[in-house]
Amino acid sequence: MKLRSLASALAATVALPLGVAQATDLEVTHWWTSGGEAAAVAELAKAFDATGNKWVDGAIAGSGGTARPIMISRITGGDPMGATQFNHGRQAQELVEAGLMRDLTDVATRENWKEIVKPASLLDSCTIEGKIYCAPVNIHSWQWLWLSNAAFKQAGVPVPKNWDEFVAAAPALEKAGIVPLALGGQPWQSSGAFDVLIVAVAGKDVFEKVFAQKDEEVAAGPEIAKVFKAADDARRMAKGSNVQDWNQATNLVITGKAGGQIMGDWAQGEFQVAGQKAGVDYTCLPGLGLNEVLATGGDAFYFPLLEDEEKSKAQEALASTLLKPETQVAFNLKKGSLPVRGDVDLATANDCMRKGLDILAKGSVIQWTDQLLSPDSQKQKEDLFSEFFANPSMTPEDAQKRFADIIAAAD
Amino acid sequence: MTALTRGSARPNQWLRNLNAKIASIPMILTALVIFLGGTIWTVVYSFTNSKLLPRLSFVGLDQYERLWAAPRWIVSIQNLAVYGFFSLIFSLVIGFVLAALMDQKIRFENTFRTIMLYPFALSFIVTGLVWQWLLNPQFGVQSIMRSLGWTSFSFDPLYDADIVIYGILIAALWQGTGLVMCLMLAGLRGIDEDIWKAARVDGIPMWKTYVLIIIPMMRGVFITTLVIIASGIVKVYDLVVAQTSGGPGIASEVPAKYVYDYMFLAQNLGQGFAASTMMLITVAIIIVPWAYLEFGGGRKRG
Repeated sequence: MKLRSLASALAATVALPLGVAQATDLEVTHWWTSGGEAAAVAELAKAFDATGNKWVDGAIAGSGGTARPIMISRITGGDPMGATQFNHGRQAQELVEAGLMRDLTDVATRENWKEIVKPASLLDSCTIEGKIYCAPVNIHSWQWLWLSNAAFKQAGVPVPKNWDEFVAAAPALEKAGIVPLALGGQPWQSSGAFDVLIVAVAGKDVFEKVFAQKDEEVAAGPEIAKVFKAADDARRMAKGSNVQDWNQATNLVITGKAGGQIMGDWAQGEFQVAGQKAGVDYTCLPGLGLNEVLATGGDAFYFPLLEDEEKSKAQEALASTLLKPETQVAFNLKKGSLPVRGDVDLATANDCMRKGLDILAKGSVIQWTDQLLSPDSQKQKEDLFSEFFANPSMTPEDAQKRFADIIAAAD
Repeated sequence: MTALTRGSARPNQWLRNLNAKIASIPMILTALVIFLGGTIWTVVYSFTNSKLLPRLSFVGLDQYERLWAAPRWIVSIQNLAVYGFFSLIFSLVIGFVLAALMDQKIRFENTFRTIMLYPFALSFIVTGLVWQWLLNPQFGVQSIMRSLGWTSFSFDPLYDADIVIYGILIAALWQGTGLVMCLMLAGLRGIDEDIWKAARVDGIPMWKTYVLIIIPMMRGVFITTLVIIASGIVKVYDLVVAQTSGGPGIASEVPAKYVYDYMFLAQNLGQGFAASTMMLITVAIIIVPWAYLEFGGGRKRG
C-alpha cells in the first residue's frame, strides 16, 4: 500500500511538468530543521511558490556541519541542487573560484542590491572578484546571552545585567540545582561561544586584530588571556549540561533547567515557538551586556550553475524573491534574525529584535569569523574548544598557546 | 624460482584456464584502476595543499608535520590503539569460548546461534544509537539500577572522557563477537572427530585438547578472523559518530573521523589525504609482514 502511494507520488512528479508548463521545480537545500527555523523556511517556500514556481524542500538535519559536506559533494559531484544555503563568507569561496556557482550580478544590478542591502559588508561577503554570487537573507549575530527569568527567581537572585553578574550568580543557581550555563556538545557551539567572549570581554579592536589581521602576538597576549579566564568560568558553569544540539541546550533555558546560554539570535525562534515573551519569561543581553557589538554573519543562498534554462530562470526568481521586503519581514520574524535591508518595517518585532536593530542602526557591527577565517582554521578552532570545554584538566594557558598557533597558521 | 621452473616445464601455462582468466579481467582492472590507482592518487595529493578541490601544488611534508602536531590526531591514534588491542583480544577470546560452548552438542544450537549472530545484522549506526541510549545515565543502565534501589550506582562511560573509548568498545564487541563465534564454530566443525577420540583415549583433558591441538589446527580460521576483525578496527567510524560523535570534547575521536572531518568539514583535502595515507601505512605495517609470512615463506611449511 505504502509502496503504491509512493509510486503514484513519483508518477505525479513526473507528470506535473508536462501538465503545467510554467511551474519549475527548484530544489533548495538548507539545514534549518529546528522548530523556529522550519517555520521560517515555510515562509520562504510560500513566497517562492507565489511566483509560479515550486520550492522543493531539501532540508538536511543535523546542523551545518552535517549538511555542508553533502551540499558541497553534490555540487562538485555533478548533481547540483537549484539553490543552497551557506553562511556567506568563505564556505563557498572555492566552489565559486572553480566556476561551479552562478554569477548573480545581473539580478543584483537590476534590483539594486547595492543600495538596499545594509550593512554593505553583507554583500561584500557575497562578492568575489567584483561579481556577486549569493543572495543574503538574514543577519545573524552570535553575541547574545539568553537568560531564563524563572531559573533566577528560583535561585533567589536578580536576573543578571551582564556576563560578570551572571558568573557571580552561578553558585546560587548551582545550589538551586540549576546548571548555570547550557552548552551543547557540538564543536561549533563551544568555539562560537569563545568568539563571543572575545568581543564581549576584550572588545572589538582585539577581535579584529586576532581574526582579521591574524596577529598572533595579540592572540598570545594578556587581552586574550583575560578571555581565556572568562572561558574557564564558562567551562565550570557549563558542567553538567549533557546535551548535544543547540536547540536542546536552548530548551534547558526555556524550561528553567539552566540559567542561560550563549547562543546566536536564532535561539530566539525557539523561545517564540515555546510561546515565551521577551522581557517577561526570558532576558536577552546583546554583547553579553558588556560590549554591545553585533557581528553580521548570516545565511545566504548560493546558486549552482545549471544548464537547464527553465531552472536558471527559476533561480533568478528565487534570488529576487528572497530580498523582497515582504519575504524579509515574514522570514526574519519567524527566524528571530534581522533583515538584510534597512528599509523594511518590523512593527511586530519583539523586545530583543529591537535591541538588535538599534545596535545595527548605530553601526556597531563587526564581521564574523565565518567571513574572516577559512573553514580549515575554523575546524582547528572547533577541535581546540571542544577539547577545552570538555576537559577540565586543560589549563587556560595551554589552550591559549594552541589558540595562538592556530591564528599564526591561519589564512 | 619454483614458478619459473614450473613455467618452463609447461610452455602453455598462460593459456591454461583461458576462460577463467578472461572472466577475471574486469576484476583485475577494477583492482588496478580503482584500488591501486585511487591509493596512489591519494598519496600523491597528500603532498599538496589542496583545499576544497584537489590541485597539484606541492608543499612537501607540510601536511604530515601539521598532522602529527595536531592533538586531535594523537588522541585519535591512541584511541585506535586501545580500541584495536582490546577489540582484537576480546572478540577472539569471547568468540572462541562461545563457539567451543556451542560445540558441546547442546540442544537448540540453532536458536542460540541465531541469537548470538543477531546483533551482526544491525548496522554500526543502529548499534551505536542503541548503546548510546543504554549507556545514557538518564534513561539507560544507570537509571534502571538506581530505580531498583541501588541509588549510588554510577555507570556513564560515554560522558567520562577517560573511559569513553571503552563504552564504544562494549558496543563493538556486542555487535561483532557473533560473527567471530560463527567463524570459529565452522572451524571447530572442520576438525576430524577422530582427533577428539584419540585425545580422549590418551586421557588428555578437554581444555588441553583445545589449547594444544584444536587451536593450532584452526590456524587458517584464526587468520581469516584476524583479518576481518583488524580491517573492522581500522575503519571504525560510524559507531563513534552514532554513539558520541567524538565527544566528550575530542576524547573519542578516531582516525577515520579525522579524515572525514578535515576533507569535508574543514575543506582541506590535503590534510585529510595525509591522515588517510597514515592509516594506509598503519595497515601496511600490520598486513605486509603477515602476508609475507603467510604467502611468501608459507610454501615450505605447506
